[in-house]
Order: sequence, then C-alpha cells, then structure tokens
Amino acid sequence: MSTLTAHQSTSPASGALNARSSRRSFGRFGGKTRMDPTRNNTAAGIAAWLLALLFATPVLWMILTSFHSETDAATNPPSIAANLTLDAYKEFFGASSGVSPWPPMINSATASILSTVLVLALAIPAAYALSIRPVRKWTDVMFFFLSTKMMPVVAAILPLYLFARTVGALDNIWFLILMYTSMNLPIAVWMMRSFLAEVPEEMLEAAQIDGANLLLILRKIIAPVAMPGIAATALICFIFSWNELLLARVLTGVVAGTAPVFLTGFVSGQGLFLAKVCAAAVVISLPVLFAGFAAQDKLVQGLSLGAVK
Amino acid sequence: MTTATARISRPGHSATAPSRDNRPRNTRSRERALAWARRAPLLPALIFLIIVTQLPFVVTLIISFLNWNSLSPDKTAFAGLENYVTVLTDPDLRQAIFTTILLTVSVVLFSLLIGLGLALLLDKKFIGRGLARTLLIAPFLVVPVAAALIWKHALLNPTYGLINGILTWAWSLFGSATPPQLDLLSQAPLMAVIVSLVWQWTPFMMLILLAGLQSRPMDTVEAAQMDGATPWGIFRHLTLPHLRQYIELGGLLGAIYIVQNFDSVFTLTAGGLGTANLPYAIYQTFYFANEYGLASAAGVVVVIGTIIVATFALRTVFSLFKKEAAR
Repeated sequence: MSTLTAHQSTSPASGALNARSSRRSFGRFGGKTRMDPTRNNTAAGIAAWLLALLFATPVLWMILTSFHSETDAATNPPSIAANLTLDAYKEFFGASSGVSPWPPMINSATASILSTVLVLALAIPAAYALSIRPVRKWTDVMFFFLSTKMMPVVAAILPLYLFARTVGALDNIWFLILMYTSMNLPIAVWMMRSFLAEVPEEMLEAAQIDGANLLLILRKIIAPVAMPGIAATALICFIFSWNELLLARVLTGVVAGTAPVFLTGFVSGQGLFLAKVCAAAVVISLPVLFAGFAAQDKLVQGLSLGAVK
Repeated sequence: MTTATARISRPGHSATAPSRDNRPRNTRSRERALAWARRAPLLPALIFLIIVTQLPFVVTLIISFLNWNSLSPDKTAFAGLENYVTVLTDPDLRQAIFTTILLTVSVVLFSLLIGLGLALLLDKKFIGRGLARTLLIAPFLVVPVAAALIWKHALLNPTYGLINGILTWAWSLFGSATPPQLDLLSQAPLMAVIVSLVWQWTPFMMLILLAGLQSRPMDTVEAAQMDGATPWGIFRHLTLPHLRQYIELGGLLGAIYIVQNFDSVFTLTAGGLGTANLPYAIYQTFYFANEYGLASAAGVVVVIGTIIVATFALRTVFSLFKKEAAR
C-alpha cells in the first residue's frame, strides 16, 4: 500500500536517517550482518518449501488420484506409483452414466461471465464518481457498499426465493446472474475505486487545461492506468461467482444448476468413485486456477478490497 | 478545479445535467444539476444494490415477526417475538450460534497464525521462492465445494484417505501392522471442517500479511540490527506493530466470509454431529422444515451479530482507508 510506505518513510527525522545510512554503510563491511541473513535464508527456504509442499499436497494428490483407476485410487497405504489412466475423466464426462457435466459447466460460465460484465458496467462508473470526480460524502457511500457485503446471504435468501417462486424465476439463470451481480458489486466498487485513485491528478488537470473532452481523457489517461485493475476485478468477480454454492443450490434446479451444485449431487452413486470425484474437482477448479494465477499480481489488492497494494 | 471538472463532465452527462446557465437566478439550480451530474454515474450501482440486498432484508425482518410455515399457510399469523425466543432457546439453533462463533474464531485465528509464519518465511529470499508462493496460493484457488469433497473423500476418509494411508505406510516402515487410524469425520467433525477451512484461508492471510511485510521500511529494521536488536526484538517491536493493521484487515475480511460459510459444512458433514452453523441451520429451517418465520428470525440474529462484530472491525478498515483518502 503506497500510502503506508509514504506514511512511514516521512516519519523518521532526517537526522536519524542520515545517522542510519552511515551506520548501514559501515555494516556492509562488518561481515556479521552480511552472513546472518544468508544463513537464515537457507533455513527459511527449506522451511518454506516444506510447508509449501505440505499445503499443496491435497491439490497434488487430487490431481494424481484423478489419473488413477478407481481400484488404485482407494488403497491403504496409498498407491502413489500406480499406472496413470484417463478413465476417471472419461467417467466424469459421462462415458458410462450418460450424464454430461457440460450443461452445468456452461451454466456456471454463463452466470459468472455475464454477472461479471454487469458488475463492471455498474462498478466502473460508480468508482469514477467515488474517486476521480468524487461526490460529497463519498466515504459514507463506500461504507454503505461494504456494509451490504457484511450482510450474510442467508439473511436475504428467503425473500429472494419467495420472489423468484412468485414471478416464476426459479431455476432461471438470469435470476442467478442478478444475484451474483449484487454479490460482487460492493467488492468491485471498492477494488475499482482503489485502482482509479491511482490515476495521477496532475495529468487530469493538464488534460482539462488543454481542453481535452471526457472521452479523450477516459481513453488516454484513465484507461491505461485502470485496465490492469479492471482485468483483476473481472477475474476476482469471476472466481467468486464460479465458486458460489448457496444461492445456486436454493435458486436453481435441473435446468440452471451450476457446476458446484452438480458437484454436490455427484457423489450420491454407490461403489468406488474417488478417482471420478478427483477428476470432477480438477475440471471444475481449472477455470478458477487459471483466473487466479492470471490475477496473481493484483490478487492481494483485489482480495483486500484495494486496502493493500 | 471545480469549474474544470465541470467542463469534462458535461459531454458525458449532458442528459442528466441540463445547463441553463444564461440567467443568474438559476445559479442554484445549476449547482444542483452539477451535483446530480456528479452523482449520476453512482446511482445505477447504488439503486441496484439497494433493491437486491436491502429490500429483501426488510422483507426478512417482516417475516421474522410472523408465524409462517409454508406447509400450513392458513395458520399464518402475527407472532410477535416468538420466533426470536425460539432462536435463542431452541437447543439446535443455540448450538448453531455457538458453532458459528467457534468455527469463525478458530479458522480466522489459526489461518492468521500460520499465514503470518508463511509470510515471514516468504519475505526472505531463497531459491524457487516464486514457485513456493504459487504452491501456497493453490489451496485458495480450488473451488470450495471441490476442496470440501477432496478433504472428505480423498484425505479424511477413514479407510482409504491419504492421511490414514500415510499413517499405515509410516508405521509399516517400522514393521508395525497396527497403525493408528484417524476418523476425524465422525469423531471430531467440527475439527475436520476447521482443518479444511484453515487450509483454504491460510493463503489469503499469507498474501495480505506478505504485502504488509514488504511495505515495511527496511532502514528502521537495519538500524535496529546495527543497534544489536535480536531478531525476536525486531519482530516484537518493529514488525508486529507495523503488521497490526494488516492482521486486523485479514481477520475482518476472513471473518466476513467464514461466518457465512455454507459449502464446507454442507459438503463435509451435512451439518451433522454439531457442525451445523447458522447459515446451514437457516437453510435447513426454510428449505426443508419450511419454517419461514423462524428462519427469518435466525437470519436477523445473524445480521445483528455481524453488525456487532462489524462496528469494531469497520473502525480498523476505516483507519487504513482514511490514510489512503488523505493522500
């Protein structure tokens, strides 16, 4: 967060800063301080790698198991070196059951992408009115947006369900899209505001003095700064919509069911299914993994609603 | 600045800001029009959000005072505070309140602690740091339902789960045929939910704390090192105070999401054996028991609880936010 660093770098008195820098240059030849970090780094590196592998084990195990046959998948102790096969993936795509996972996955993609487009269409102008040309009391507006995110979905889900049932919107993907839009809108407004706040004010003023019109300013000054932010916001909104279960479970059914709903109904079958479950989990997580790694640079800023950079 | 900004705004918002600036007595109306031109881009988002989130909550509030079971709609009547009394006295719902608090607090606490440890490690330079970071983020990027399924079937399953598999393998190395076998899902189901959620949320905390660490002013740390401060002393007196607001931010955001957790409870334990938290209990109350009034009252209780937590937590976000706004 740039403000934090700014805040701290100004706090030490300049005299102290000079004293420190001279001591630091002394330390560079001191030997001991140069050795210590290096030694720590090796130990820290090993510890970090062990923990990283520990945390990644469930994911790696899920991927490995998805390439095993059902009999190799369910053994104790685990058969790590078992033959690899694509059977589980064939099963997931309905080789023997004939149940295709494509309709729910297409529903998920539709709901996630269209809700993200709607979110951006609403959030970008709103963020503009909260940062570049802020309305009065814009902080109050920001906190109103955040407070709606704090209200648990369960506290509003019954009226939404009853409304959908009354107007015949149950099991309709468009109703779910509107719900996802409202779910992600506060996050997107907060994120976009933090990205738009990075647009340098001097450049805006200079452009105005030169008589540039709004379109030109949007295209030449705001867009270049805001585009990476818009991309990150879109990816994070996509992830949240793709992952959502409660609303989809209550508001959709046979026709508009999404991938997470499909996944929960997937394990009801009898017999060995572990490899198939892992294959399903891999396939359904792939879009999120791609989106997440694509947004990796901006992930922190996005997830912290723009409070941390 | 104001006149200049007014000029750029005009082309985009001429429809909402009729400019009748040729007569001086219209100055006030023109100012009002300009204020509305400023608000115009904000209004669609604001109105949409009020309709979709605030209106349903008002309806929830109304239903919470009704005795309404959709299976016997003719008995629908005003119930006063009856539903609220039930929420606070019914053993299952009281248990759900307790479970929600326990679940949220323990997941936030443990994922913050582990996340802090990982962030401190990743703050150092070592070989393959980027890859280690990517591996550590992976748990956060698995669809929550999929993650819960993997934990339930591939890791925690008592007969062929990986954890018991590793125990069998490790014990067999020492020639033992009777390895200890865990059955977390039936013996400590809430623990199973907590473990899987800590696994999912630790990367989130790690990322926020790592960003905090990397914004630390290094000259102060180096000066302290010169002055002979121990690593623990530096951590305790320099790093931790600097990280405080990041820890609070991570805790707040984590709490917002984990209070509402439905996926893990639904998938791992289906709310059995004392793991039903309020979101799950409310889902059951209205979806299966059709007790609309009672479910709404429980929903209102969740909101009240969240507001109490949020008023404390918001102050934190506000301190971060004010600094940025003052820029």
